[in-house]
Amino acid sequence: MPDQEKQPYQSLLTGKVKVVNVGLEGFVKDLRDCDIEVVHVDWAPSAGGDPQMAALLAKLGV
Amino acid sequence: MKLIEEANQQALARILEGEPRLVDIVPARELMPGLKERMILHAGPPITWDRMCGPMRGAVAGAIVFEGWAPDLKAAAELAASGGVEFHPNHHFGAVGPMTGMTTVSMPLFVVENTRFGNRAYCAINEGLGKVMRFGGNDESVLKRLAWLRDVFGPTLGKAIREAGGIELKSIIARGLSMGDEMHQRNLACSSIFLREISPTMARIATDNAVLADCLGFIAQNDQFFLNIAMAMGKAMTDPAKGIRGSTIVTAMCRNGTDFGVRVSGLGDQWFTAPVEMPEGLYFAGYSEKDANPDMGDSAIVETIGLGGFAMAAAPAVAGFIGAGAPSAAGDFTRAMGEITVAQNPEWTIAALDFAGVPTGIDVRLVVDTGMAPVINTGIAHREPGIGQVGAGIVKAPLACFQQAVRAIASDLGVA
Repeated sequence: MPDQEKQPYQSLLTGKVKVVNVGLEGFVKDLRDCDIEVVHVDWAPSAGGDPQMAALLAKLGV
Repeated sequence: MKLIEEANQQALARILEGEPRLVDIVPARELMPGLKERMILHAGPPITWDRMCGPMRGAVAGAIVFEGWAPDLKAAAELAASGGVEFHPNHHFGAVGPMTGMTTVSMPLFVVENTRFGNRAYCAINEGLGKVMRFGGNDESVLKRLAWLRDVFGPTLGKAIREAGGIELKSIIARGLSMGDEMHQRNLACSSIFLREISPTMARIATDNAVLADCLGFIAQNDQFFLNIAMAMGKAMTDPAKGIRGSTIVTAMCRNGTDFGVRVSGLGDQWFTAPVEMPEGLYFAGYSEKDANPDMGDSAIVETIGLGGFAMAAAPAVAGFIGAGAPSAAGDFTRAMGEITVAQNPEWTIAALDFAGVPTGIDVRLVVDTGMAPVINTGIAHREPGIGQVGAGIVKAPLACFQQAVRAIASDLGVA
């Protein structure tokens, strides 16, 4: 069995880092400043994180 | 929820299937049986004199003098403050009005008929630039122009529109979108197309060449002339979508300089209001944001049908004019509004987006879910009455209106 499969997370620390950033866009700039490849996913919690409104929206089919 | 999805498809179909046609110009008193002397219709949701902003009060005082209900502006303001005048929203009378949106008995109104559903909607004639009542102007020059619109221009253009058999509006909008208009802060193309369509008839029936020249010149010198026609068209297209139970589609957005108001199809004529926001934009030389009034006008009816800020991609020049960023980023606004709408209008397309249709059918659920507020392109009025426009920009509809609407729909459907 190859070493990489024995320790699957080791390559994350030793190899080239690729990042998918979800939500707060501020992290993207910091990573890019370090020459790290980043794909940003524009996402926010439903209703700005208001759980009551999110629950109501779910009842209304969102 | 199946009920909502079906209701929304019905509301959307009613908006998209509309066939708006400009058919006449008629004094308000002949169009609105409920409109009496000493009644003033204004932009936005209901408001009382004590809560009106400066430009709205200025316009009210001017309208009172214009109708002869008081001899001067001071007496007019006293009459309004003492309860001597009734105030109602334009929307309650089948009408819309830009900025302060003054409508009184003698004012000539565009009549747009939605021939698909048989309803009509009205809007006053655009006064042009400079000191005008829609921005709170009320001096002698403003009232003199209004009198000319009432006595000369309105009857002349109205006769020509009738003689022409009316003017179909959807195709003008389609062409305008391909010529750089978004129909809120840029109406140059549509105003020009309208002039091209109506001027032969005006010339054919003219009995006085000087009057003809004045009327043609008035349209030709006003790049925003078509805005008020587009507004009446928007009202005529959205009204048939009102009152479809369960529908979460917005049928009106408007503001009175104090409050922003939203109506949603499933709840008929109910208003959902919140404090209106300040526009962000660019100012004319000598003015800044400290001179600005909070946002005003029924003109957001054009965003309600997918134009204005929703069609920014068609009008990159506007993005620069209103300080909304680089012209190359105009498409971002239209794409973003696609996140809160349920469809595109296949008849109104934007070349810069590979002929995608304008985003249409604002869903209050999507607005609340994404936190993305509808973007409205707008003029900026000076906060003091009588000064007029000081800039142009964009304003976002307050999320609170949409949150209230979601709660009310949920309550109506018994799922709150």
